[in-house]
Amino acid sequence: MIKTVRIAIPREAKKGEVIEIKTLVSHPMESGFRPGPTGKIVPRNIIKFFICQYLDQEVFKLEYFPAIAANPFLRFHIQALKSGTVKFIWIDQHQQQHTESRYLTVNDQ
Amino acid sequence: MISEMSEKALTNRRIFKSCFLSLLLWITGCTSQETLLSPTLEVADDQLISHLTLPIVSGKHFQSKDTQSLQADDFANPGMLWVDKGLQLWETPPSTLSPSCAKCHSNNLQFKTVATRYPVYSSSKKRVINLEQRINQCREQQQMQPTWAYESQELLSITAYIANLSRGMPFSVTVNTQSLPFLLQGQDYYYTRRGQLNLACFHCHENYVGTQLRGDKLSQGHGNGYPAYRLEWQTLGSLHRRLRACDIGVRAEAYSLGSTEYVNLELYLAWRAQNLTIETPAVRR
Repeated sequence: MIKTVRIAIPREAKKGEVIEIKTLVSHPMESGFRPGPTGKIVPRNIIKFFICQYLDQEVFKLEYFPAIAANPFLRFHIQALKSGTVKFIWIDQHQQQHTESRYLTVNDQ
Repeated sequence: MISEMSEKALTNRRIFKSCFLSLLLWITGCTSQETLLSPTLEVADDQLISHLTLPIVSGKHFQSKDTQSLQADDFANPGMLWVDKGLQLWETPPSTLSPSCAKCHSNNLQFKTVATRYPVYSSSKKRVINLEQRINQCREQQQMQPTWAYESQELLSITAYIANLSRGMPFSVTVNTQSLPFLLQGQDYYYTRRGQLNLACFHCHENYVGTQLRGDKLSQGHGNGYPAYRLEWQTLGSLHRRLRACDIGVRAEAYSLGSTEYVNLELYLAWRAQNLTIETPAVRR
């Protein structure tokens, strides 16, 4: 269901630096409580989990609930330790996954 | 409640308009049309009016600080998701035989201001068309593809992308002999009462600007942020969807998306918002 993803992460960071990561994804986040145009309740359709992995380790995890608005935006921080891949995984309520990854270069100083 | 002053102004406007029309007819009878109406001249501008006495400001000034900052942040602005998708559509050929938008329009500097000029008169359609309809025309004639439905995600995305290119540029619709009749129809729509509540656009968007309407502040009703992300819709929507919401709000029968009535009104709104800059994708409540 996720069609468009925006990720903001610096390409380079100093060792030990705390970096900010922002994500924005397109998703209706239908709560399952709203009546649709025909008057019937629109079935729930939400993202359930978001996981961020850095150097193959889980560094940030989040569970979503129906009260979150459409197109959820996130901002969180990680500490840059060494160069490697930062992986972003969204898992919706049907266990469908959407994965994106970005490479982070860490300069030793 | 409508003040007597504005009703009086409206009547005066109608009298003035009819006088002006008869004068114009008389003059055109005397002189040749070419000398009176050159193509670049802003013809018969006097027929066009706006009773907005306040300085023109964008709808964003009537939003909360949070909504304003969401719009200003190019990353967090949810409308940018559609702009991104629009860029993809722009660059991708719809089929192996059809060219992509980018192929014909690459390095076209004019494209940076294209959204400021719409709605524009189309000689093939014999009426004014807006940006969405122009995109569909290109899709049908150049790309040989079926047109997109008016409020479809694809059409919204590509419109948002093109309008976003013109962000920061002021509206500059052309007023000439061809577009003027449609502009005047749009103006009539703006000043005509409709619906069970018997309200015209100007009652709220000129007379009560800045006052509270339920949880919202009444704006001057400019369309410079559309397609815009409305928090109420939880999605990006076209100007015509917004116009329908207003018509439904006054319990009038709303016109369909892309109808001639709304395109004419869109043209009048663009004329009315002269010098106001485009801010697509805007965020509205």
